[in-house]
Amino acid sequence: MSALLDIRNLSVALKGGPRLLRSVSLAVAAGEVRGLVGESGAGKSMIGKALLGILPRSVEVVDGQILLDGDDLLRLPPAERRRRIGQRAALIPQDPLTALNPAHRVGPQITDRLVDILRWPRARAEARALDLLAEVHIPDPGRVMKSYPHELSGGMRQRVLIASAFAAEPALIVADEPTTALDVTVQKQILRLIAEMQARHHTALLFVTHDLGVVSKVCQNLSVLYAGKVVEDTTVRDFFRAPGHPYSAALLAATPKYTDPDGSLTPVPEAVIAAVRAEVEAAETEWQHGRR
Amino acid sequence: MLDGRGAIRRRAGARLWLSGGWLLLLVTVALFAPLVAPQDPLAQDLMSGRLPPFWSAQAEPGFWLGTDSLGRDVLSRVIWGARVALTVACIAGPLTALIGGALGLIAGFYRGWADRIISRLVDIWMAFPPVLFSILLIAVLGTGLTSIILAIVVIDWTRFARVVRAEAMNQGAMDYVAAAQVAGFSRLRTMTAEILPNVLPTLVALLSLEMGISVIVEAILSFVNLSLSTDAPTWGGMIAEGRTSIHQAWWVLAFPLVALFLTVLSFSQFGEGLKDRFDPVLR
Repeated sequence: MSALLDIRNLSVALKGGPRLLRSVSLAVAAGEVRGLVGESGAGKSMIGKALLGILPRSVEVVDGQILLDGDDLLRLPPAERRRRIGQRAALIPQDPLTALNPAHRVGPQITDRLVDILRWPRARAEARALDLLAEVHIPDPGRVMKSYPHELSGGMRQRVLIASAFAAEPALIVADEPTTALDVTVQKQILRLIAEMQARHHTALLFVTHDLGVVSKVCQNLSVLYAGKVVEDTTVRDFFRAPGHPYSAALLAATPKYTDPDGSLTPVPEAVIAAVRAEVEAAETEWQHGRR
Repeated sequence: MLDGRGAIRRRAGARLWLSGGWLLLLVTVALFAPLVAPQDPLAQDLMSGRLPPFWSAQAEPGFWLGTDSLGRDVLSRVIWGARVALTVACIAGPLTALIGGALGLIAGFYRGWADRIISRLVDIWMAFPPVLFSILLIAVLGTGLTSIILAIVVIDWTRFARVVRAEAMNQGAMDYVAAAQVAGFSRLRTMTAEILPNVLPTLVALLSLEMGISVIVEAILSFVNLSLSTDAPTWGGMIAEGRTSIHQAWWVLAFPLVALFLTVLSFSQFGEGLKDRFDPVLR
């Protein structure tokens, strides 16, 4: 099977420091929706950032491959890599409040990349932006195009960002906790909207989240990440029926249930954490040895 | 929330109009100094030295703000002095902003070795006492308008570099910068089209402040006689002269001082007012 995105043994480390991602492998097929779950600090977002070439400056890829359409992004010259990512991938960011530039109107923020990077005629880009804004259920798209971001609510901004992500018909969209910064009532709408847009455009989606409820609603497959390592790679159905890894099972047990509002929260048992940690540390030691 | 914004806008409005009004008046009289000034600023008349301002009984018609010890008209000299002050402010200010702003933007956005070099330079610069540094520079460059302007630019670029660097770093951490990178825009384009517009309100406020500071620096240098030739009308020079006769003729010192004070205050308030008015986040 030739995947759209194929990440092989990707290791990312603090410059001169420990690894944050430890030989992560995961693949996303065209049109697939894959959830990427794990607790804070597990490295979920780091995978998306490495893939899109926006790793923070203090962090570097030390090993592995990121194949997009079969070409290793890490081996491409920077300009070519940037072009490839801009054409084939897009990002729905976490915080809609800072993801739109406050100094520019909304319209150009959607159309500029179509015109400047993909060389679309401006009229076509504008028509496209209007269509997409209507598609994400924004009333009066013409007015929103002329608005500054601060004139829009958080939910509206996230809609704009979703429209913008789909604008160039990318093959792959990374959604980095797209609902975390939003109001609970808006979260659900946005989630439904992302699912709807994905289904209409058949875009592959890498959905980074810590919310298993979200995963169950949106994703087909998922990768569970702990301490920078993929501990389980499965379909959503199998995961909820019978999680394969003890950490996954504990994670699932720790999710609060709507059906049992009075039930106490179950933390991930110490023993499970210790076991996973030991596993990860063994791998890390081995890796350090291999490096020397 | 709406009320808060309204209050900010009203306050900004008053301060913008007052400071802008004074600056406009100053620019006008400076531009048309030969027409506006009632007397020749250099004409001496020892017989009518130290005439008091117009409201005093001993005042002479035509010398509205009195005369100095050499009988030169104070009002005319303040007006011609505005020319020097504004020339320095209008050239030194933007030039400093341009150089310091560009270096700060590069340091704050690109980080890495560029940032290390620029930041160390700023540290070194800040270790010099600015007034002594400028006097030293003038001593090397020689007196004159160009030297003053050069001295201000060479000394004060760090002010812009520091603030703009910090602001660019703030903006650089925003998601919209990451979004631009993902979209495929180059680093340079991201810096100029994404970061710069967001740094601009700060830069403009700082520029206005810097123009005020340039006026002060020019006054300091002419006070210690390192500006233009001795009898050229400059506010600093007038203050220095007035100091010697403050007990007999306070007005020689007071009027240029008031002009200096109002001008510097107006520049800083004008900048703040503009920032409040045009900052897209506040607006």
